[in-house]
Amino acid sequence: MCRGVVRLLVFTAVLGSPIFLLAQGASGGPEAATQARIAALEQAVKTAQASSASAQTAGDNAWMLTSAALVLLMTGPGLALFYGGLVRRKNILGTMMQSFAMMGLVTILWAVVGYSLAFGHGNAFIGGFEHVFLRGVSLAPDPDYAKTIPEQTYMVYQLMFAIITPALITGAFAERMKFSAMALFLSLWSLFVYCPMAHMVWGVGGMLNASGGHFPSLDFAGGTVVHITSGVSALITALYLGKRIGYPKTAMPPHSLVLSFIGACLLWVGWFGFNAGSALNSGPLATSAFINTHFAAAAAALGWTIAEWIHNGKPTALGAISGAVAGLVAITPASGFVQPMSALLIGLLAGFFCFLMVFQVKSRFGYDDSLDAFGVHGAGGTLGAILTGIFAVSAINAAFGTDAAGNPIGTGVLDGHWGQLVNQFAGVAMAWGISAIGTLVLLFAVDKAIGLRVSPEEENTGLDLSQHGEEGYDFNT
Amino acid sequence: MVKIEAVIQPSKLDAVKDALLEAGIEGMTILEARGHGRQKGHTEFYRGREYTVDLLPKVKIEMVVSEDRKEKAIQAISGAARTGRIGDGKIFITRIEEAIRIRNDERGETAL
Repeated sequence: MCRGVVRLLVFTAVLGSPIFLLAQGASGGPEAATQARIAALEQAVKTAQASSASAQTAGDNAWMLTSAALVLLMTGPGLALFYGGLVRRKNILGTMMQSFAMMGLVTILWAVVGYSLAFGHGNAFIGGFEHVFLRGVSLAPDPDYAKTIPEQTYMVYQLMFAIITPALITGAFAERMKFSAMALFLSLWSLFVYCPMAHMVWGVGGMLNASGGHFPSLDFAGGTVVHITSGVSALITALYLGKRIGYPKTAMPPHSLVLSFIGACLLWVGWFGFNAGSALNSGPLATSAFINTHFAAAAAALGWTIAEWIHNGKPTALGAISGAVAGLVAITPASGFVQPMSALLIGLLAGFFCFLMVFQVKSRFGYDDSLDAFGVHGAGGTLGAILTGIFAVSAINAAFGTDAAGNPIGTGVLDGHWGQLVNQFAGVAMAWGISAIGTLVLLFAVDKAIGLRVSPEEENTGLDLSQHGEEGYDFNT
Repeated sequence: MVKIEAVIQPSKLDAVKDALLEAGIEGMTILEARGHGRQKGHTEFYRGREYTVDLLPKVKIEMVVSEDRKEKAIQAISGAARTGRIGDGKIFITRIEEAIRIRNDERGETAL
């Protein structure tokens, strides 16, 4: 509405002056006068369009920069606190440092080569090197990705996703990995697993790209790219590294659910940037994604809480916040494609499903996925990707464009497009595959090079002292 | 001189302190402790796994009193700390060899 008013004012102001000149009696007769008016009109329209575009960019860029900040908040301190509170006191700093290290390391890798590998024009699997050192990434929009914001905004927004994805994996090897090995492993993972997957789903020419990919897969904000990859990699790492000393006999309860609670709430709020920012503009699609995100989180928190209340007799705080995170994970691929009521249902299902994964599957198989990175992100992401294929409707987002008659092409099963499930499975399979294989290879390589796990003495002393020479809390002063 | 060590429920600390004050006993040291006798712990849940917390929070009161005030102190503590249920706590008495006031090097019962 504001844009319309601005347009009208500009139009009138610009149009007014030449008419005034004409009224003062310029020579040339009626024909020339008409031509002059048409010329003035064209000029006015151009100016109005330019100012309208500038207003659009202002709104979009403001939202996108805000979203980028929100996504970074999810890592630091969101994830750092969430994970930090779940480990034993002697490992709090070590755990937080793992997330913080990603903020530093991945930023540098992304700037130097990561952005180019993910979003450069390469082939169906990986980008190229045309943007190393961010060459060619300017403040003008790149129409391939986001038409109304500077490409640097897009780059820095995507960077925040690249940061949080490896940070999520740290939950699987909590309390037992060397800081040096973690830094090396996750740096390599970011380049060899994250960048290819991001390229395949979001990069130009990517085989899973919704626009023109071989298996156009609907992944709005990174259910496959972020959550399945990190979750599956987490499982592989937990299996490779082995259990913590004393697991599962020794009780290892969270040392501060207060910190975890704060972290989880920061994740919830930050996720608005993660999902609604993936609209890449500040228009109605961002609104849809925002609402879906919130609804899914709430429904999933409820779902997990109810399941736990029935199963264990008491609804725990940890269960409630884990449920919320599970819902946020599951809605991530669906957020910009589904209707709000679908988001409620997706959240509810994710709450129940991830509860089962953590309570039944983990105990049955006995792997030590310490902070449930696989149970929540891997499983939740997989479920979300499949549900996206079911609940996506072109009415919310005509992601596949329109047909010859001008009707929007159906996106998900609710639109009658059953074939989309095949594409979603393709995306899920690729995410599982590249994560499992890539992670295994990298773990092996880093293990042989410098060793992955801390010694038993170091593990008993705790990461804070053994890796960082510090203590998280000092109760003596 | 005897040392009285009493392990009591944390919720009874205020009552015991008031009772001792009323009995005319002023010096004491309070320690936060964990432990149990025959009292069972409670179960907590973490990710569906039940585990027993059996190191329960306790308060330990230590004081050194003269022999003639010993019984009064014991009655004050017991009376205030007792609920009649398992977990009320215990009192132990040991003999003390010497007591010294650091401020002025007083020794013996006058140092108490």
